[in-house]
Amino acid sequence: MNAVAESVFVAQPYQAVGDIIIDCKVDKIFYGDFLAVRDSTVPIEKKKITGFIGPSGCGKSTVLRSLNRMNDLIQVFRFVGSVIYHGQDVYAAKVDPVLVRRYIGMVFQQPNPFSMSIYDNVAFGLRLNRFKGDMDERVQKALERAALWKEVKDKLKNSGLSLSGGQQQRLCIARAIATEPDVLLMDEPCSALDPIATRQVEELMLELKANYTLALVTHNMQQATRVADTTAFFSVDISHGGRTGYLVEMGPTKQIFEDPREQLTKDYISGQFS
Amino acid sequence: MARLFAAADSATSVSGPPSAGDYATDSLFRGIAWFSAFLIIVLTGYILWEILREAFPAIQAHGLGFITGTTWNVNKAEFGVLPEIWGTLYSSLLALFLGGTFGIAIAIFLTQDFIDHRLATVFRTVIEMLAAIPSVVFGLWGIFVLIPLLKPGAEWLHSQFGWFPLFSTDLAGPGMAPAALVLAIMILPTVAAISVDAFRRIPYKVKEAAYGMGTTRWEAILKVMLPTASSGILAALVLGFGRALGETMALAMLIGNANQISLSLFSPANTLASLLASTFPEAGQIEVQALMYAALVLLVITFIVNVAGLAVQQYTIRKFEGKK
Repeated sequence: MNAVAESVFVAQPYQAVGDIIIDCKVDKIFYGDFLAVRDSTVPIEKKKITGFIGPSGCGKSTVLRSLNRMNDLIQVFRFVGSVIYHGQDVYAAKVDPVLVRRYIGMVFQQPNPFSMSIYDNVAFGLRLNRFKGDMDERVQKALERAALWKEVKDKLKNSGLSLSGGQQQRLCIARAIATEPDVLLMDEPCSALDPIATRQVEELMLELKANYTLALVTHNMQQATRVADTTAFFSVDISHGGRTGYLVEMGPTKQIFEDPREQLTKDYISGQFS
Repeated sequence: MARLFAAADSATSVSGPPSAGDYATDSLFRGIAWFSAFLIIVLTGYILWEILREAFPAIQAHGLGFITGTTWNVNKAEFGVLPEIWGTLYSSLLALFLGGTFGIAIAIFLTQDFIDHRLATVFRTVIEMLAAIPSVVFGLWGIFVLIPLLKPGAEWLHSQFGWFPLFSTDLAGPGMAPAALVLAIMILPTVAAISVDAFRRIPYKVKEAAYGMGTTRWEAILKVMLPTASSGILAALVLGFGRALGETMALAMLIGNANQISLSLFSPANTLASLLASTFPEAGQIEVQALMYAALVLLVITFIVNVAGLAVQQYTIRKFEGKK
């Protein structure tokens, strides 16, 4: 075991250029006895988009969901390491995961609107945070930014579930950005969208970047090149019988795609990954 | 006739048309399904027709006065079921309130990660076993355990708060409170089990969405899980209420069979089902006709409750889930 541990590959740390808003240092992530991710240091830079790419099972979603403690919903989940957000480890005993999720919002892979009206879906976070201002204005703004307003403005009272899949996903984005969270995590947000809606969501991400920080898991490498400032490439290690994901390389997106340091990264981005 | 798509066959292809036997089985199953569905309608219609036929002389004799009348006197051939209608609705509503509240609370407890899911399965089995206890056992338990247990409390409530309509009489023995409590316990498994299913049907991604917005556990349950499960919970409540309306044996033993209308929880009362059960063994022809009329009234009440429940359920499905 020790002999193996000494020989494992660990990515060279990425030297962030700007301010780091979330400094994520994964030592190990377990689901029960299963080691899902190991040795991955992923600093998330402020007001930038950090892309997570890699093959299925490489742990990129797991790492993303660890940032706002979403994985705590899974009882057997165990995180070893630290996630420093504004100087505080979110995994410290005194930190309530609920608080973390108020500031670090999330958009999921599958559209998951609540069984309530379109308006109530978007207003959900505002009401949760006891927003006292102009609710209508905020809801409209969020829907406009999510490129959904034109399609739903005359049926805000209809159920969110009456929309098509792509519209539902944009509704979920509107719901997540209505409260304007400090950081927005997006776990393959466009996998249920058509190319036009995908482009709209990408434009939204670039627009949000001016004021907020984003982290994005994507299967679509073109998407990473289009929106991500920094890209983290993960891979999965099956050589020791398990399926443990780890960070291979992280750097400016341009460098990762044009001049990767690691052979594994080169193979993956050129489509030669086995 | 040449076989259709014969040109689609190649040397190695195994694709081919379904056999005559496949089609025959298909027709057979369709036939059985149609027959079963049709049989239910015929049976319901037949029962309704027979009751109507038997009740017809009473309907002619008493008309709508049967529903507003408050006496049941065989010798004078005076029949009215208003106290029984009141007792049926009052006891069922009380039971629905108690059993519904506890049933939903149990469903939340069992499904929202309060306890280990294996333990939850054990709990659920125990609750469902409650549904297997015969109604007469509940009646006996009510008489020998529940009523003596309630008496001191009822006496105190009556002596201290006798001015309050709910406590305006003393509990002499059988009465509304023990009947409604037992009824609540009897509908609890129905409400709990169906509500548990409603909560279980909520996809995991909805839970993720709720917690992802930064809800506390109670916010997630009250603001997201409950509305999402609402149509299923409503179905549970309608079924529970329907069961309470028709429950007979335990009520006949516990409610006191008194022909009166009172708001008091401790006064004896009567329900339609219990009137039928306790009266028909010694009833003559005229009284049986009146009882059939009473049965018809009970059927109509249950029917209205079910239709209304269905309507509310459809409304919530439209409102929350956006389905047509």
